[in-house]
Amino acid sequence: MQPMDKNKKNGNFYTVIYAAVMVIIVAVVLAFVSEFLKPRRDANIRQETRQTIMRSVHLEGRSYEKYITDTAAGPENLPLFICTLDDGTRKYIIPLEGKGLWGSINGYLALNDDFRTVYGAVFDHEAETPGLGAEISTPSFSDPFRGKSLYRGETFVSLSVVKPGKSAGNPNAVDGISGGTLTSRGVENMIRESLEPYIPFLRHYE
Amino acid sequence: MNKRIFLDPLFKNNPVSVLALGICSALAVTVKMEPALVMALSVTLVTGFSGFILSLLRNTIPDRIRIIVQLIVIATLVILVDQVLKAFAYPISKQLSVFVGLIITNCIIMGRIEAFALHNKPFHALVDGIANGLGYGIILVAVSFFRELFGSGTLMGYPLIPENWYVSAGGFYENNGLFILPPMALIVVGLIVWVFNARNAKKDKKAWNK
Repeated sequence: MQPMDKNKKNGNFYTVIYAAVMVIIVAVVLAFVSEFLKPRRDANIRQETRQTIMRSVHLEGRSYEKYITDTAAGPENLPLFICTLDDGTRKYIIPLEGKGLWGSINGYLALNDDFRTVYGAVFDHEAETPGLGAEISTPSFSDPFRGKSLYRGETFVSLSVVKPGKSAGNPNAVDGISGGTLTSRGVENMIRESLEPYIPFLRHYE
Repeated sequence: MNKRIFLDPLFKNNPVSVLALGICSALAVTVKMEPALVMALSVTLVTGFSGFILSLLRNTIPDRIRIIVQLIVIATLVILVDQVLKAFAYPISKQLSVFVGLIITNCIIMGRIEAFALHNKPFHALVDGIANGLGYGIILVAVSFFRELFGSGTLMGYPLIPENWYVSAGGFYENNGLFILPPMALIVVGLIVWVFNARNAKKDKKAWNK
């Protein structure tokens, strides 16, 4: 391209038209790409949600349709997933939502049919620090939830996420993440706040 | 000429270790190697193509909106990279989260466009951009190598430290939590800068004595 005349290039009209054309081209390109990739993106997200639910009942990689029924619980229609295992026992999966350190965190908690003990848990996050808070999405954090109890005696106490190593022997606590204290605390709050609306309903479920 | 455009940014004029550009994200995404690699690749694509496109446009861009035009091109490319990652590498795009978007603010990209792409031919700008992205990538991979190895005991997610070495399994070894935290990233980057500069200084001295 030949260098343009300096005055022409810096005129108001030229500048405005240049900016307008540029923005229109960019908008068209981005809109096109976004629409083009949307099905793939949505499929990824849906697939991931389903596999996350399957992970909470230790059935990763198995067919979602075969095991899980979507229902709603109580008068407020709280989302609830019921998983029927191969041997016929039912697990009740409750979606969790809360706040981590940098963004929202979420997860699924699967309860045994006594509605007191945890069968499995998975967690995920939007923007926690890799290597620190982000570790909540790893099995080493979520596996110890299995078998923990939400009740002390007959009172609902939820689960505490405590300093690493401090949960030994405590049926209501799990180890947090060192260096990820704020995210660990977010998980604790998320579990309590997400479960509370279900508690009155779950007790009378059967 | 071509060879120097490509090789200089890798070592002699490395954007991170020598020019001290792009350090912020070098600290943020280097806890694990896999996201660091994807980040390096993303930045390389963006520096390369933004340089190429802006070099094509360089004689038509009005002076007064020069920076805005640069940002539009960079932002568009970053959004494209982000969209492609979300569609084809979803788990990694989740790990990188905001840092992909923040490539827009990576000083290397703007720096190379202002310093190089606007005064050179498109092909040279493309090579320069890619080389600078790779120079950034080398540092990222080096830093994440040490951080993942000592901080998590893994490389690319594969455990390298035998399970029974760990204290929790009755062994003697424990991962160093400090490597996961940002301060250690800064220290590792600092050490790498030291090594680079010591090497460059030696070469300079030799050239001087000739």
